[in-house]
Amino acid sequence: MALTDRVPKNSGWRLFLQTVVGRAYPRIIGLLRELSWFFFEVFLPVLSVAAYVFIYRAIGAPDVYIGFVVMGGAMTAFWLNILWSMSSQMYWEKQTGNLALYIMAPNSLMAILLGMAFGGLFSTGLRALVITLVGTLLFDVSFEVSNYLLLFAVFMLTMVALYGLGMMTASLFLLLNREAWHYANLAQEPVYLASGFYFPIKSLDFWIAAGASFIPLTLGMDAMRQLSFSGGTELGFLPVQTELAILAGLCVVFLIGARWLLGYMERLAVREGRLTESRR
Amino acid sequence: MQATQDIRKPVKERGVSGRTFRAAAWLGWQIESNWADPLIFFIYSVIKPLSGAAILVVMYSVITNGNFDDPMFAYIYLGNAFYIYVAAVLTGVSWTVIDDREIYRMLKYIYIAPVHVPVYLLGRGFAKFAFGSLAVFITIAAGVYFLDVPLDLSLVNWPLFAVSLTLGIVMLAMMGLVLGSVMLLIVNNANFMGEAVAGALYLFSGAVFPLSILPAWLQPVGYIIPISYWLELLRRSVVGQVAESFPTFSQFSDMQLLGILAGLTALFTVLGFVVFRYCDHQAREKGYLDRYSNF
Repeated sequence: MALTDRVPKNSGWRLFLQTVVGRAYPRIIGLLRELSWFFFEVFLPVLSVAAYVFIYRAIGAPDVYIGFVVMGGAMTAFWLNILWSMSSQMYWEKQTGNLALYIMAPNSLMAILLGMAFGGLFSTGLRALVITLVGTLLFDVSFEVSNYLLLFAVFMLTMVALYGLGMMTASLFLLLNREAWHYANLAQEPVYLASGFYFPIKSLDFWIAAGASFIPLTLGMDAMRQLSFSGGTELGFLPVQTELAILAGLCVVFLIGARWLLGYMERLAVREGRLTESRR
Repeated sequence: MQATQDIRKPVKERGVSGRTFRAAAWLGWQIESNWADPLIFFIYSVIKPLSGAAILVVMYSVITNGNFDDPMFAYIYLGNAFYIYVAAVLTGVSWTVIDDREIYRMLKYIYIAPVHVPVYLLGRGFAKFAFGSLAVFITIAAGVYFLDVPLDLSLVNWPLFAVSLTLGIVMLAMMGLVLGSVMLLIVNNANFMGEAVAGALYLFSGAVFPLSILPAWLQPVGYIIPISYWLELLRRSVVGQVAESFPTFSQFSDMQLLGILAGLTALFTVLGFVVFRYCDHQAREKGYLDRYSNF
């Protein structure tokens, strides 16, 4: 190739899409290259699910709660993905030196986060599916889906809102260092509690449940449980249609919030020189 | 070559183990706590275990309509509280390998320093033990004050409690040393190992439900796990009347259980140092000590 030949380069929305695909690729292909990660990321939630199932059995809970636990255990995969591979991802990228490259490259940081989200959603979805299948087989869970279309809509809205939240918090982590690991670690059990991963959210005080509803998994799981299990409706927090509307609102808020916050935090991090610091 | 051989020799200097342990414990304390001011760190230290306990409380409360007087509640609550030690000590000792090799990338410098490496790992675990103790205390106190967990300090069998707790912590530390030694040889997924082992032990040790709830074919696993005996002894010493309600280990007297626990602690102590010696040799041979994978 002659030196004068130029490699065609994308710009505008084509570059945006190319960036999304480029960042999603390692998330998806990584799943196939390191299968042992997949094993552990399925095995660990299944252990937790099993422990909670046996607790419910020990105290004589109705079978529907076993189904709730299996679904909650599967959804932990998404929350862990948000915490460790979306929110704190910018921290990891800073540690490995990639963050400065992201900023220097002529692409949008928003596209990088979207790529992470799509890749993470795909690989985590696969893990959640396996956890659900294993849990269902091990503990003989019976699903009675009342409306598949609505269930799909709830799941998709939950995921869009959840990954929007992840993108938003990722920008906050741009400013963090060592404490990032601890904050991500801290957001596990308290969120499992507040969002009702292992029990119906209706069991909590109304205002606590309402407050926890800013985490999309709270209402998403509640609606999915109402739609997936016989007797789920009686244990529901709000009517499914209401939860669907709130989730749609959260999608808009989090995606717009992510775009705004990312721009603001990036400028702040550049100004304060925090993009390349590495304090472990 | 000569230099390599010198490094491989165990450090014989007098007092080096004590010095290593103290320095490692202090280092562990600093690593765990100095990322935040004391108040934030205190909140961080108690929120996680309290949330874990609260999940169980809500689950229990929903099904039993808040019948916290049932012995099952105390069984679940205290088992979960004491299990904090397992996660803290066992994974604390073993996680040091990941911390120093992968995160801080200091393991090779620790190796060339005049320290006794297994004692160093145990010292780092001691810091986690200290933080774990705080979490255990606060979790139990919250249970007693807010949920009427039937713990009467005047009825606690303190000598049994002290001996059981001490033996159990030593046993957990030695199990952590075994795990940490194995992690020296695992390069890619070592970070999952501690969680996987702690998760499996949580399920099979009868920490939060009696072993009789497990399917019959899985129950023998619970009987070969040392932690099952340790938790039973702690329950007997702290809330004897609750332990009597669950006949899982009723065929054993306190002394028999203590004997079993002491024997297993001795076994894991020997095993810990033997396995460390083997894995340490293999890790040096294969060049794993300064290998990192961005975990």
